[in-house]
Amino acid sequence: MRSERNSISTRCARWMIAGEWRAHPGRAIVAAIAIAIGVALGFAVHLINASALNEFARAVRTVNGDSDLQIHSVTPFGFDEALYPKLARLSGIAGASPAVELSAGTSEDDETRITLLGLDGLRAGFVTPNLIGRRVEIGAPESEDALDESSLFLSQAALDETRKNIGDTITLSAAGHEVAFTIVGTLPGVAEGQSIGAIDIAAAQWRFGQLGRLQRIDLKLAGGADAENIRANIIAVLPADAEIVSQESAARRSDSLSRAYRVNLDMLALMALLSGAFLVYSAQSLSVARRRSQFALLRVLGVQRRALLAQVLAEGAVVGGIGAGLGLVLGLALASAALSFLGGDLGGGYFEGTRPQLIFAPVAAAVFLVLGLLAALFGSLLPAREAARAQPAVVLKNEGDVIDPSAVPAVWTAPILLALGGGAALVPAVGDLPVFGYLSIALMLAGGVAAMPLLARLLLAPLQRFAFAAASIDLALKRLWGAPSQAAIALCGIVASTSLMVAMAVMIASFRISVDEWMVQVLPSDLYLHVEGDSSGGLDVELQKKLAAVPGIAMIDFRKNVPLRLSPDQPPIAVMARTVDFNDAAGGLPLIGQSLPVPEGAVPVWLSEPGQWLYGYRPGDFLELPIGRETAGETTRVFVAGIWRDYARQQGSIVIGNEDYTKASGDVLRTDAAVDLAPGARPRDVIDAMRAELPPLLAARLTVAEPQELRALAMQIFDRSFAVTYLLEAIAILVGLSGVAATFSAQTLARTKEFGMLRHVGVLRRQIVAMLAAEGALLGTIGVVAGLALGLAISQVLINVVNPQSFHWTMETRLPYGLFATVTIVLIAAAAGTALFAGRRALSGDAVRAVREDW
Amino acid sequence: MRLVIGFVLSLLAGASLAADAQLPAYPEVRPGVALNFPADHGAHPDFRTEWWYITGLLDTADGKTLGFQVTFFRTRPQIDQRNPSAFVPKQILFAHAAISDVAVGHLLHDQRVAREGFGLAQASTADTDVVIDDWNLKRGADGNFRAHVAGKEFTLDLNFSPSQAIMLQGEGGYSRKGPLGSQASHYYSMPHLKVSGTVARGGKPAAVTGSAWLDREWSSSYLDPNAVGWDWVGLNLDDGSALMAFQIRKADGSALWAGGSFRSADGTTQRFAPEDVRFTTGRTWRSPRTNTDYPVERMLVVRLPTGEREFRLTPLFDDQELDSRGAGGPVYWEGAVRSPGGRGYLELTGYFKPLKL
Repeated sequence: MRSERNSISTRCARWMIAGEWRAHPGRAIVAAIAIAIGVALGFAVHLINASALNEFARAVRTVNGDSDLQIHSVTPFGFDEALYPKLARLSGIAGASPAVELSAGTSEDDETRITLLGLDGLRAGFVTPNLIGRRVEIGAPESEDALDESSLFLSQAALDETRKNIGDTITLSAAGHEVAFTIVGTLPGVAEGQSIGAIDIAAAQWRFGQLGRLQRIDLKLAGGADAENIRANIIAVLPADAEIVSQESAARRSDSLSRAYRVNLDMLALMALLSGAFLVYSAQSLSVARRRSQFALLRVLGVQRRALLAQVLAEGAVVGGIGAGLGLVLGLALASAALSFLGGDLGGGYFEGTRPQLIFAPVAAAVFLVLGLLAALFGSLLPAREAARAQPAVVLKNEGDVIDPSAVPAVWTAPILLALGGGAALVPAVGDLPVFGYLSIALMLAGGVAAMPLLARLLLAPLQRFAFAAASIDLALKRLWGAPSQAAIALCGIVASTSLMVAMAVMIASFRISVDEWMVQVLPSDLYLHVEGDSSGGLDVELQKKLAAVPGIAMIDFRKNVPLRLSPDQPPIAVMARTVDFNDAAGGLPLIGQSLPVPEGAVPVWLSEPGQWLYGYRPGDFLELPIGRETAGETTRVFVAGIWRDYARQQGSIVIGNEDYTKASGDVLRTDAAVDLAPGARPRDVIDAMRAELPPLLAARLTVAEPQELRALAMQIFDRSFAVTYLLEAIAILVGLSGVAATFSAQTLARTKEFGMLRHVGVLRRQIVAMLAAEGALLGTIGVVAGLALGLAISQVLINVVNPQSFHWTMETRLPYGLFATVTIVLIAAAAGTALFAGRRALSGDAVRAVREDW
Repeated sequence: MRLVIGFVLSLLAGASLAADAQLPAYPEVRPGVALNFPADHGAHPDFRTEWWYITGLLDTADGKTLGFQVTFFRTRPQIDQRNPSAFVPKQILFAHAAISDVAVGHLLHDQRVAREGFGLAQASTADTDVVIDDWNLKRGADGNFRAHVAGKEFTLDLNFSPSQAIMLQGEGGYSRKGPLGSQASHYYSMPHLKVSGTVARGGKPAAVTGSAWLDREWSSSYLDPNAVGWDWVGLNLDDGSALMAFQIRKADGSALWAGGSFRSADGTTQRFAPEDVRFTTGRTWRSPRTNTDYPVERMLVVRLPTGEREFRLTPLFDDQELDSRGAGGPVYWEGAVRSPGGRGYLELTGYFKPLKL
């Protein structure tokens, strides 16, 4: 008996689901697509990052040659080679392999760069055998000289990229020197895709001006040695300009590079998923409302409440499952496309020089599938409960919604949620991530949505006192006033989507305008020169003189950017040597606050805002900069005179005066320059003249740009990195409108009888239509007003909590009024239009029959 | 005369150096240069190659016999001498150690190699004092040599105490290696070194005593281009006399050059002309790993003033092949041998593949 009943209800459920979807396929499809987008976005972000991190880790491992532990210099200038015998003699160290590590340009017409390693093959053979070259004999078997200073071994990727063969000659340029080598063999131990070259360490030191310096020492630990003990022994002899790097710290460093970016994208994906859940909710609410009498009939026929609940949930699950499955496929395609077009950092610039292979992650796929399903089930839960709760007798008789106009909506939930949200915004970051910032946004959203029924009454209250000439508007007002919970369903969609969109728009606009204004401040000169990818080399003094003498140049300020590893867990901070002159408003830095007076004899530096966040120094602090190039391990004590705004380097930067830098580091080479042109000089002529002064390899790597080009480029990059957010804004609007549409469709359906009654008392058909439009417009207005207010509040959390906590920079709030106006008009119009559209369909039936049904 | 060094040299053989490279000028080995001690115990860095080569047999407390070799090499590669880098491989030091134990049935061996510098690898010119990381060979003020080598499978701590005068090879230390006068080395030996010390295996040191042979050679031009390898033997004879003989072979197996000397217990030394030394093969052994045939049992006939004398050389065991290709070295046979009334070491090179120097 029981099994028979079960089979009946199962069959019933199947019929009803199939019938419902056949009749209204659009809603289910839209809901499934929304779920798919959320899942796809989250899954793609995960895949891209996993692939990029994997590739990055592989690159780090390859260059490190799988050594147990590595000592690395904190600057490209390396550390004193005297450290090498000290480490080699430490007990517990089975082998120490010294290395010169340079970034080398490889040819005149190409921007290919390789990591050039100068190795002692006799040491590396034991410590990092993966980096040992294999000679490929071609005709001349007597050339067997692994120590030959002109012999170069290239990895397969480097051979491919430089389009060279074994036996060819190639000129490498690194650290300001150009040297010709003969390619004598390959590096078979180097992983695929890694561009690495190996030469003899003595040749590297001599030919590339690295005498007495090493960039790293690879260590092999003796079997059974106490790693902690060894580490302590190493630290005891380690100079300030060198640090210990392990596989773990390298992984942490690469992880911290992109973590904030990644988590923020994940959050956006989660929002998309929530939007999907809301779409499922609105679609299911509508579908439940439409089938209310069907459900009542089923109840009368003996179908259990539980079965109804299960049926609506099952509908949601099917929609969620299809959407999530579609989302996984879409996510895979999206990730693959993004990797090939944008790279592993989605254009964010964190993993330059790696070309990741897409790796499929089955666990993540399962997680996102479940998330998609959960979102759909979550969206179906309320409608399902509503369907199950229906009293068969009442519903069969009365198709309208059963509401009591005199009931006052709950007052306390919303303020509590909003207060909690505000409080969460004040909590500091957890593990460098704005966890509570996002929690705050979620709470504020929930609070805003919960406040809607009450807010709708409050906002409509002043209008209640007016008697409108047009009956339709009066009717609309009364209806909204009397059924706030119904209005709230429509409103929560509008409010949630408007507020999210407004918040993001305010944040992006503020950021965009801040960056644009900042660019104007930091780029006051006429031309900017940059020598590509060669922080340990650049323009020497003689070339600087030649360039300065080029006609048409009024003033040239040579600059240098050097990556400095201040902490083993952080990506290198940028040390920027340049002329700092606060007397010249245009030549200064965009400071936040004032620059402190510099104590007598102290070397002033200006730390960027992210640098201040990451390293915790404040104006007035002293810190030790290990940038000494000639003196072993000596540091320069510098005074943090101020904090400046820097949107370009998330890893932080330190600005130091040109002369102070040269004095501290002994480095006279410069990689960048800012040029002020003489009146009447044509930029093109000056650029050509400057190029002519440089040796060909250097000229090929020199990029010259005018500030407007740089600004355009920066804005292009900016817009590209926010492309995902624009997509989400579009989804948010869709969600909002679909909420309105669903609510009105459901309500007009339920109000067929009401419309019939109105027709009977003499209300014209077009007056009902006008009433519906007015209702829609009123709802839209309320939603937009509330959404704007909530959005502004959330934007403040984004600007003052999420951004500083994840990217470590602040910005001024800028309001995009134009956008607000557009959003307001479009949303109100769209709400009215949607309401109208939904109402017209409901009115197409015979009004008289609608009333007659009421018996 | 030992050619393990061959591989290091082949690594370093002059190649495509820069046109203006300033290459090392190797001094030629000339006759009539008197050796000075202790300075000539030390390194001669100007010459192209040099070695300190100790081989011998050890007796353990439980009555077992072990063969051993402890060898340090120095070579001066064809490297641009102008390079001021401290890493420039102006000298490469290389060391090899092995023990022969019948119970093991094959050689246990290990090696170290490094470019000279930073105090991690160096060879003193004042006296024997060679260091490569944790391996070293040093001659003390008492005239004794001390060696410490620690491999993966064994550690040797041995003291070598001279019991006889230095044995100058060739004409007062000038030893011809080929038809040209420049194909020669400075060469002296120290036979009948008394050995004491420990051999540790599996972390357990065992006291040993024994007798050893030190060969010291330095040269700039060693092998004739037609040579493919050589056979060398050094025997400490029970009556206190010492025998060294070598032949350098051509590709057809015939001798391109030969030499050696015999010193009786009373100190009278007989130097061999090429025609005074004859090696014949008693039995060959085929290596199962490399399929190389080695003449491990030999009959050595040398002409002494008293007439020809035969030495039958029997290996301690057959498999004393040393395959150092894993470390970039050659494949050769270097083993402890017995002879009626004496024992010593036999070296067979160039059987797997012609050696280049």
